[in-house]
Amino acid sequence: MLSVRELTKTFGGLPALQEVTVEFRPGEVHALMGENGAGKSTLMKILAGLQPADGGAIALRGKTVRFASPQDALAHGIAMVHQELMPVPDLDVAENLLLGLEPVNALGWVDRAELHREAAEWLRKLDCVLDTRQPMRRLSVAQGQVVEIAKALARQTDVLLLDEPTAALSDHEVTALFKAIDVLRRRGVAIVYTTHKMDEVFRLADRVTVLRDGRLVRTAAAAELTPDALITYMVGRELAQVFPPVVGIPGEVVLEVAGLTREPAYRNISFSLRRGEVLGLAGLMGAGRTEIAEALFGLRPAHAGEIRLHGRPVRLASPADALAAGIGMVTEDRKGLGILPAMSVRSNLTLSALDRFAGLAGLDAADEARTADEQIRAFAIKTSGREQPIGQLSGGNQQKVLLARTLLTGPDLVILDEPTRGIDIGAKAEIYALIGRLAADGKAVLLISSELPEVLSLTHRLLVLREGELTAELDPRRATQEEILRHAIPR
Amino acid sequence: MTSNLRSRFDRELVHRFGIVAVLLLISVALAATTDSFATASNLTNVARQVSINGILAVGVTFVLLTGGVDLSLGSVVALSGVVCALNAQPGEHSLWVPIALGVLTGGACGLVNGLLVTRGGIAPFIVTLGMMTIARGLALILSGGKPVANMSPALTDLAGDLGPVPIPLLCFALVTAGAGLFLGRYRLGRHLYAVGGNEQAARAAGISVPRIKLFAYGLCGLLTGLAGVVLAARITTGQPNAGQAYELDAIAAVVIGGTSLSGGVGGVVGTLLGVLLIGIINNGLDLLSVSSYYQAVIKGVIIVGAVWLDRRQARS
Repeated sequence: MLSVRELTKTFGGLPALQEVTVEFRPGEVHALMGENGAGKSTLMKILAGLQPADGGAIALRGKTVRFASPQDALAHGIAMVHQELMPVPDLDVAENLLLGLEPVNALGWVDRAELHREAAEWLRKLDCVLDTRQPMRRLSVAQGQVVEIAKALARQTDVLLLDEPTAALSDHEVTALFKAIDVLRRRGVAIVYTTHKMDEVFRLADRVTVLRDGRLVRTAAAAELTPDALITYMVGRELAQVFPPVVGIPGEVVLEVAGLTREPAYRNISFSLRRGEVLGLAGLMGAGRTEIAEALFGLRPAHAGEIRLHGRPVRLASPADALAAGIGMVTEDRKGLGILPAMSVRSNLTLSALDRFAGLAGLDAADEARTADEQIRAFAIKTSGREQPIGQLSGGNQQKVLLARTLLTGPDLVILDEPTRGIDIGAKAEIYALIGRLAADGKAVLLISSELPEVLSLTHRLLVLREGELTAELDPRRATQEEILRHAIPR
Repeated sequence: MTSNLRSRFDRELVHRFGIVAVLLLISVALAATTDSFATASNLTNVARQVSINGILAVGVTFVLLTGGVDLSLGSVVALSGVVCALNAQPGEHSLWVPIALGVLTGGACGLVNGLLVTRGGIAPFIVTLGMMTIARGLALILSGGKPVANMSPALTDLAGDLGPVPIPLLCFALVTAGAGLFLGRYRLGRHLYAVGGNEQAARAAGISVPRIKLFAYGLCGLLTGLAGVVLAARITTGQPNAGQAYELDAIAAVVIGGTSLSGGVGGVVGTLLGVLLIGIINNGLDLLSVSSYYQAVIKGVIIVGAVWLDRRQARS
């Protein structure tokens, strides 16, 4: 039905897909597996026409095709259901389902009775009973997904792409979704879907393709695989050689967290973190890692539980509170929560620590410029000068500016959420070295990373999260990536 | 002044070169085609006329920089003017009471706007649209619908000159200089840009976003109050119907000056140029005795055209 040959895609010099060749067959559920960043989503996006490939070819029913846009892919019978659904929330279910395909009467008016009859018909084919007159916004995520699938069905879809369709669903809803997927399979649709959940793969998939670092590792029938074999395929590499040695003996306790809860993201999280210690927090996307970090930084406070700093309970209602208490964070969302793109490198660097330069006559511009230049040198930030807008810098250099911004506030506790996401290997190595220096300087570091080699090589201690709960505390000197994944993957 | 601020100022001037050029072009054309443009009396007249729009534009620059908007300027000008005039009857209070009350009335309106935007979570467009009709209504209620006349000469004299300089122009100049210094040199000014540039990132950098917004609306209100007092002094009455559509000229001036409506980019130097451009266009069309119907059309075209040119230049 649909096949890709030697598909290649790079983002800013970083290969996301390298010569991947896979075939998707009609009436088959094909699971794409891999760690975060392995290239699953990139492959899906290229198939859906959201991104162009840099090299290689896509063939549909034997003919080479090129999709310029999602509309183009749709016209070829390829539809994608996104992680974040994109319905029109205030239109009703039937209007969403048949958007652009509304039945009309002789006068060209929408035939509303027919519209609802048709919509209900499509939903019934998926064994789903829903009031088609209710607005889309009232539906649960699972119901919304079934409507999206029905939408694809109504458009004569031959290939359906599902990106982590079960990430936000309860067990019961997953069953309903699988029923709908099964109906599509029997109708001869080729289904491609990504997931982190091992059990689903074996429940649903006919064949499995594993990607790692943008390369194809293996395509095999699900029946030929075991969970352990899959994990080995997904991880299967030696630790990168760029990590500095973990040194020092952690000192007194800086941070204690007890019973931290914010449903549904995480519950009953308790741990402590010492001076000079790097504590790793591992888990899959959606396991609650970022949400816990956001609670510790006051971005999204926990609903229950206690946070103690240096033995004293603290209330962290905003990042301003956290910074005042000596907690700094470098966010995972560099664009959304990090940089101010139009402002200069200097302004971005000093933004959190402006009180250093503030006096009655205003900011001491000379002092600020000096500090900015020092930091640019210390962090080896590649920029044409401190007045260059930060938006023009590469991701790695933006990240270094944000690290410098956080450290200028002189925090005791530094939270690093995916500090190396989307940056090149050289900048990664510099950030690894910096993490080592931070610990050596007596800071407490909480490191969140999806890259298992990072959490294994840079930390003194390692916590694993699964679906919002702490499932293991591991010694990174002895733990393996397989072991982390075993504690991290939902069962 | 430090080299840092200096270079910043220079860069902004260079960036605004397009507007400076248009400004000079129009001025030269007017000087060539009319006898009266390049006379001292006309230029003082222009200065007097632009002062009120200028004070409003500087105030609303703060709000626009945070990514907000204030549509209530014109009505608040009227309300502040009425409050000032009511307290400026001869022999009643000393000179400073009506001035302070007028300015504070504007400040109070701004503060309410700010609170509704930050605490109430209502879109600035809606909040200030509401304030626009509320303030107008209050001005009519307080004045009984009639102009409040009989203002003490001490106050109306403030529309006159201090030496060779019109006092309204002096107010405008001081406000502009103060705002420029504030935005360029003070921490709060920097925070204002940060909030407008990326609100979430600003919060994550430890900035209290509601406090900054409240400050912007409050300061804009105070300056609007000042504009109301200046206007009342100039027309020697508190006019409840004064200031209609003043917000549009003020916002147009700021946007012509390169401040982004989505916030985070721009500044007072640009606003100053925008105010001058609008002032000179108004004056020029009057001198050329263009009918006021055509004036409105021409002004609109020039405003949109200037912004279009500026954005094209910024993109390249």
